[in-house]
Amino acid sequence: MSETKTGTQASVLAVSDLEIEIRGAQGSFAVVSDMSFSVHAGETLCIVGESGCGKSMTALSLLRLLPDAASISRGKILIDGEDFLAMNQRQTEDFRGEKIAMIFQEPLTALNPVLRIGEQIAESVRQHRKCSHKEADQRAVEVLRMVQMPDPERRTTQFPHELSGGMRQRAMIALALACDPKIIIADEPTTALDVTIQAQILGLISDLQKRLGTAQILITHDLGVVSEVADRVIVMYAGRKVEEASIYDLFDRPFHPYTIGLMGAVPGSGASSQNGDRLADIAGTVPPLWDLPKGCAFAPRCPGASARCLEERPPFTEKRPGHWAACWEHDNAA
Amino acid sequence: MQPDATPLLSVDNLEVHFPIRAGVLQRQVGAVKAVDGVSFSLNRGETLSLVGESGCGKSTTGLALMGLVKPTGGQVRFDGQEIKGFNRSALKSYRRRMQIVFQDPFSSLNPRQRVKDIIRAPLDVHRIGTRAERDDRVAELMQRVGLRPDQADNFAHQFSGGQRQRIGIARALALNPDVIVCDEPVSALDVSVQAQILNLLSDLQRDLGVSYLSISHDLGVVEFISHRVAVMYLGKIVEIAPKTKIFASPGHPYTELLMRSAPSRDPRKRHSFSATNDDIPSATRKPSGCPFNPRCPLATDICRRDEPALTPRDDGALVACHHR
Repeated sequence: MSETKTGTQASVLAVSDLEIEIRGAQGSFAVVSDMSFSVHAGETLCIVGESGCGKSMTALSLLRLLPDAASISRGKILIDGEDFLAMNQRQTEDFRGEKIAMIFQEPLTALNPVLRIGEQIAESVRQHRKCSHKEADQRAVEVLRMVQMPDPERRTTQFPHELSGGMRQRAMIALALACDPKIIIADEPTTALDVTIQAQILGLISDLQKRLGTAQILITHDLGVVSEVADRVIVMYAGRKVEEASIYDLFDRPFHPYTIGLMGAVPGSGASSQNGDRLADIAGTVPPLWDLPKGCAFAPRCPGASARCLEERPPFTEKRPGHWAACWEHDNAA
Repeated sequence: MQPDATPLLSVDNLEVHFPIRAGVLQRQVGAVKAVDGVSFSLNRGETLSLVGESGCGKSTTGLALMGLVKPTGGQVRFDGQEIKGFNRSALKSYRRRMQIVFQDPFSSLNPRQRVKDIIRAPLDVHRIGTRAERDDRVAELMQRVGLRPDQADNFAHQFSGGQRQRIGIARALALNPDVIVCDEPVSALDVSVQAQILNLLSDLQRDLGVSYLSISHDLGVVEFISHRVAVMYLGKIVEIAPKTKIFASPGHPYTELLMRSAPSRDPRKRHSFSATNDDIPSATRKPSGCPFNPRCPLATDICRRDEPALTPRDDGALVACHHR
């Protein structure tokens, strides 16, 4: 049912049938199910969805950094052709940073507050490469320069709290880039930033990707960010993919009623309450993951739900060439 | 509905300065000028949005108008009457007519109170109606904001984020206020739920004629709900203009930067954002002259020396810029 779709290029990351389980007060339940996707070098895949849809859990699982209560209960993660989940602790640590690195949402909590910026970057370099302290320090300055940090030499001696929010996020990106990873996972990298700073960081991320050809997975709730950076998009709802398409296909002709709802709900396309406009809200709320409805998880909120939607979960199928969705609805627009 | 022309609320040169203390004696060594001479007016049935980035003073302005932070200077007139000194007695009657909805529906509702008591609280404080009348009013308010009155005995944690924000709105509406300060009322919510709340706010304005002073950093939200927009930067208003004007042709270079920084809604019209670091200066070390001059492409000597005043332009906008 789920499958990996790529172009002609080999994928650097391939995830198949991933399932993540959480043991909570409600017992064990899946927070992510049937996740399959891949990215190739130079590509940016955006995973978009609202709180609790499983996008951040998916991101953390890709580095095997899930919190204690969560675990991968099924599926496969291939990084550069190698089975990441079969690796032992040491091999996993070697892979992190070297092959796959992460940019977190909140740099103030992700960076070590008691280590100078330069030491944090150099430490990561020394762990992965046989090199002298001096070479590692030089690499730190070099990556800080790559992320256009003003006055990089001086920044290496500063602590995270001495930097502004935008500069801290630059330092995080520098840390992620330090060992030339092939894949970068960015979890809401600009959500904590002001809009003018967000623009700078998005500009930086695109510039770097063009130069370095890294594969990128960007997790976000913001369709504006998606529209700025994505090549391909996965929309998640209640722990599953509901739609996957190229950025243009998705924005031109969204298929899934949830995607359509999300796009209509974002204010800012000229809609104004003074002209009597209303935003297309989606009625109701996301169901709890431990108590999902029997059929399609979106059915209770879906304007077009039929009896079948309430009974059977729709498979994830190709609705148009390269455009996939999990919906019983056929392609009426074609 | 079209706003009435007589200002309901007028704010003149409002200042909120926080002292910076240092040393053993905690002597004042400086001040954070969070709000530094802000003037605007709000008409009946109108929505004015205060927009800006973190630290620009937009939330402090809202809190100061509610008397939740004491202003250190300036004048506030409500319906022609000056709110003198922001002391208890001056605030009491004023607060009946001016209410606030907070950003975070998780921390702004008392977790130990039932929803009916949260919504009733303003009626109890101001001793309005009999017990039975207050209960009826709570049921009516819950219905009005889209909550089921049979949930009145529940606690706040039993509701989702969007529903909690509805509770906050019901509480703000309890006294039939003329003005509601909305401090980022939807920024903690998911988009689909955010749209429900924005629609509710606009319905309430249409039906009740209430004015909103909306505080927001999200230009999409601002475009949807405002009649007029005031852009703030480092404690000052740099531009005030009708919404359609400010979105079509921003006057101040900072407004322009804000508009340019908002992500595109169309993947075919991507921005080429500059990756260069360009930080907002801190409010403790404000640049001299125009606060925006270190980041401004138009800045010249006069901008570094003299602070521009907010002056009217031909097109109805007020802009504080030497070059525009």
